[in-house]
Amino acid sequence: MNKVRKNAIEATFDIKDGCTIMLGGFGLCGIPENLISALVEMNVKNLTCISNNAGVDDFGIGLMLQKKQLKKMIASYVGENAEFERQLLSGELEVELIPQGTLATRCMAAGYGMPAVFTPAGVGTEVAEGKEVRNFDGKDYLLETALKADFALVKAWKGDTHGNLIFKETARNFNPVMAMAGNITIAEVEELVPAGELNPDHIHTPGIYVHRIFKGVNYEKRIEQRTVRKK
Amino acid sequence: MALDKTQIAQRIAKELQDGYYVNLGIGIPTLVANYIPTGINVVLQSENGLLGMGPFPFEGEEDPDLINAGKQTITTVPGSVFFDSAMSFGMIRSGKVDLTVLGAMEVNQDGDIASWKIPGKMVKGMGGAMDLVASAKNIIVAMMHTNREGESKLLKKCTLPLTGVKCIKKIVTDLAVLEVNNGKFKLLERAQGVSVEEIKSKTEGDLIVEGDIPEITF
Repeated sequence: MNKVRKNAIEATFDIKDGCTIMLGGFGLCGIPENLISALVEMNVKNLTCISNNAGVDDFGIGLMLQKKQLKKMIASYVGENAEFERQLLSGELEVELIPQGTLATRCMAAGYGMPAVFTPAGVGTEVAEGKEVRNFDGKDYLLETALKADFALVKAWKGDTHGNLIFKETARNFNPVMAMAGNITIAEVEELVPAGELNPDHIHTPGIYVHRIFKGVNYEKRIEQRTVRKK
Repeated sequence: MALDKTQIAQRIAKELQDGYYVNLGIGIPTLVANYIPTGINVVLQSENGLLGMGPFPFEGEEDPDLINAGKQTITTVPGSVFFDSAMSFGMIRSGKVDLTVLGAMEVNQDGDIASWKIPGKMVKGMGGAMDLVASAKNIIVAMMHTNREGESKLLKKCTLPLTGVKCIKKIVTDLAVLEVNNGKFKLLERAQGVSVEEIKSKTEGDLIVEGDIPEITF
């Protein structure tokens, strides 16, 4: 077993034009910064991106939008990105907005080997258009299919050489569910240790879901809304 | 006098009960956290993956890995726990969250809510709002009674794309507290000095007014 890669470029060598990729993170919290930089550097095009948000204008997925690398974006909330809104309203970018819980659960379903789930989110709204509705115990639910990707790109706090991952605080968010939904899952971590050093009880994502892992560098961890109180 | 945003939050805080798990949306709802009555213990859920949201950090102690659903830096409290997005919406969907407070662009008298899209103009997305309104046991909307053009936001029928149907129970605006009651708005309380007639004139939907309407107290 050799899952360890030197860096993001080496880990993403086979991500080609037209691929579907999933990216963990919520806002700019817990995003795979190194992997995004690699995709920008390699300038792969026509990507379908699945991520809760689309970054901000000059960071995160916003960097890929600037270079017009995306064909389609699947997300739940894109309010922080003016370039995104411009490309969407002008029709340059295809966008599918889906409820946040539905997005998470569709990824989870893929990782659990289930083809679909029923959820009440979006019943009676335009999200329900074209979807099967089924009533259970008097309440309507939408059939939502599992969501997979050619590549899932995730960011963890610590990882080991077997690909086991531990996340930190709210930087966990979509990372564990997306890690389970990639045909190939690539994890970047702040700290990479030999297998055996992480406590098996503390691992969030078992390494079976992770195909490649590398130690990320130069984390910026930009804060979107810096809110503080006085001492 | 109409309530300001802080007072709307203050009034909603009176709905909190000891032991509640509460999800507060972005905007006015977030302010509710500042007015939790003394002596009661509530746990705030942030749908990006935290139960037990604490106040903003002290200057210099911001942690980029610790944010709320509004992407603001926050802190934890004793008993806090982190989880992934699927589990977060699992607890929402399965009805474990006792109360959801969120904003809206429009609410109608059947309890439908519109809050995520203005076709051709504004597309931000629904985030977790559709999941929350589809599953919460109790939902309170915090919003202004009218929009910037002075038009009523309490309608017979929503004009904007819906976030959820037949889900809103109570609405607290700058003018009044109302509940959705058999396909109509029922006036429960009015802001101090605001007349029933003013509320009627600013409510496009059908309004039930029964007896004397008390003023909002804090």
